[in-house]
Amino acid sequence: MAFTTTTATTPQNLTAFTTSSHKPTLPFSSSHSLTFPTHPTKTLTSRAISTSNSTPTRIHSLFTARATSSPSSNETTFHGLCYVVGDNIDTDQIIPAEYLTLVPSKPDEYEKLGSYALIGLPSSYATRFVEPGESKTKYTVVIAGANFGCGSSREHAPVALGASGAAAVVAESYARIFFRNSVATGEVYPLESEGRLCEECRTGDVVTIEMKESKLINHTTGKEYVLKAIGDAGPVIEAGGIFAYARKTGMIPSR
Amino acid sequence: MASSSSFLAPSSTSILHSKKDLGLSAFTSTSSISSQRCQKTGFRRICCSVAAPQQSQRQPSTTGSVKTAMTMTEKILARASEKPYLTPGDNVWVNVDILMTHDVCGPGSIGIFKKEFGNDAKVWDREKLVIIPDHYIFTADERANRNVDILRDFCHEQNIKYFYDIKDLSNFKANPDYKGVCHIALAQEGHCRPGEVLLGTDSHTCTAGAFGQFATGIGNTDAGFVLGTGKLLLKVPPTLRFVMDGEMPNYLLAKDLILQIIGEITMAGATYKSMEFVGTTVESLNMEERMTLCNMVVEAGGKNGVVPADSTTFKYLEGKTSLPYQPVYSDEQARFLSEYRFDVSKLEPLVAKPHSPDNRALARECKDVKIDRVYIGSCTGGKTEDFMAAAKLFLASGKQVKVPTFLVPATQKVWMDLYSIPVPGAGGKTCSQIFEEAGCDTPASPSCGACLGGPKDTYARLNEPQVCVSTTNRNFPGRMGHKEGQIYLASPYTAAASALTGYVTDPREFLQ
Repeated sequence: MAFTTTTATTPQNLTAFTTSSHKPTLPFSSSHSLTFPTHPTKTLTSRAISTSNSTPTRIHSLFTARATSSPSSNETTFHGLCYVVGDNIDTDQIIPAEYLTLVPSKPDEYEKLGSYALIGLPSSYATRFVEPGESKTKYTVVIAGANFGCGSSREHAPVALGASGAAAVVAESYARIFFRNSVATGEVYPLESEGRLCEECRTGDVVTIEMKESKLINHTTGKEYVLKAIGDAGPVIEAGGIFAYARKTGMIPSR
Repeated sequence: MASSSSFLAPSSTSILHSKKDLGLSAFTSTSSISSQRCQKTGFRRICCSVAAPQQSQRQPSTTGSVKTAMTMTEKILARASEKPYLTPGDNVWVNVDILMTHDVCGPGSIGIFKKEFGNDAKVWDREKLVIIPDHYIFTADERANRNVDILRDFCHEQNIKYFYDIKDLSNFKANPDYKGVCHIALAQEGHCRPGEVLLGTDSHTCTAGAFGQFATGIGNTDAGFVLGTGKLLLKVPPTLRFVMDGEMPNYLLAKDLILQIIGEITMAGATYKSMEFVGTTVESLNMEERMTLCNMVVEAGGKNGVVPADSTTFKYLEGKTSLPYQPVYSDEQARFLSEYRFDVSKLEPLVAKPHSPDNRALARECKDVKIDRVYIGSCTGGKTEDFMAAAKLFLASGKQVKVPTFLVPATQKVWMDLYSIPVPGAGGKTCSQIFEEAGCDTPASPSCGACLGGPKDTYARLNEPQVCVSTTNRNFPGRMGHKEGQIYLASPYTAAASALTGYVTDPREFLQ
């Protein structure tokens, strides 16, 4: 999977709150209205197709591409294999505590975290997210049930997923700290589905996520699914993340 | 559920609202809620101590007119964001009173801070940052040890006032500054104050809500931002109110109360919400029990937990903090998303079965579950009061444990308490003596220990697929080490009782 790890996603710029590429923070509730464009230098428009949303929001932000799209394009698309997990996948399963000695802001340790992504899943998950001996995953999208990322506040969780090479998570719902950290780091887009995609898709299905149209296409089954649009995190995302937002609003000095 | 008779359905018909409806289900309770400015007769005692004139800054603040009624959490955030009025859903820049970090997340947060603000940048306030190594301390793991060094270097460079350092890993007592588990250290060192905003790079930062403040966990990036600015953008959460009334039965502890609640509302029941704990039972709890209650708010997905400050709080704080503070209380007309009421006299000792904290069951219904070990420790169940409770049960039984029983005091202070404070009714014996007589392991070096597994050489880590009754906070697969380990979360009473029988055991078997 071709993620160009540009400034936004290399460990040195893990926060990617630089002037040109920003990762948004999303300090707000994710419930029910989140689709979210965290990836830096990707200009993202997000229009709510889902009826549950209050107001459609067009988000424009500068993010680095982490997927197949080119930087600063008007569309973000993720295409690749999906890996399906169930409900309440907690941070200990995403990145077991014994690996937390790895410091995400150090490049080599960042890579190591990626190799351990989802290693904590029980053995009932016969297909592993990262094959033993490998350091990257072959899955672009993680599809999950409810309350994904519950448990600890460890930022290592979204970092491990991003470092492994995954681009996005599409979950029924998120735990708040994980969601907020995903936005803050820009490591994975935390998208929210309408309904339980984890029951519709199977690990290994080929999927495409069209951010502009807020939908996920499962090519293997031929079905399409609506994704929820972003909520009122818009201004922060539009600015390009909490550091950029703060600079824009004069909260901290510009660089 | 047998205990459901004690649980009255929430007053609101819609318990969990979508974002659109946040804050709109207003109601006031008809019974007296002592968290408010008290004019209620039943709580005169509390009223008087709140009005005590020793520190004028302890006047509870009021918002004035009814239309600006706010909950405690809303008020704290309003004051911290210098706004007269906030409602759930508002996004505000909040001034942070205390930022805490530890050895696992500190290095990453520091990395982000330096990258964003420059290598030579200075933290926003050297006295508001509290750095507490506690997670992976007594280990030979080189990276873990290095991470403590990173903290030390940063603290020296920044002249950080509060750094609870440890250098001699072979003997924790040789480190006078070292405390142990961050959330307990924060309380013991007087960093928790009513009305303030405390953020920490740890999900159990919500523990500090026991002091009537807004406390929640954040990630490295947010922490990096706070390091440079002293502020963070936060969304105001709506509040769920939990009213617990009745005299606490002698076999129940705060752990049972919070397991009851989490089992009731599920692991995502409080996502993005504040959990407010009030009622006569809550008022009867000491500070450490209130901390246990707030500690597991995150296990229900909660953003923060709060217990209104009262004489118990003020007394605890005496001599611990020299900074002034101003408690706040929910207005009588404040709107809560939902209210849950419990008659605690009807509750029974609980466990959370593998593998989730909301997998609630009565301890007595699990009596056929054979166990391999018991673990008493962590911010949730390794405080002085937790060990006192376990000791009381061992004392009442007079017998010896049937399985390895690991004791990990949260902090140096707790460790010292185990060896110095006589247990009531024990004829002068201390906890440590009672534990020794009961055949428990010797109390270990204070730290987070095996609550979250940790490096492979961590004391009491679950390295085999064993069954463990634990006073900790999470029991997800692999939480304490081995993926197939089976963890039953329980109160210190239940843990001690289980140790004595070798099975999950209701503490009433020993406490009458």
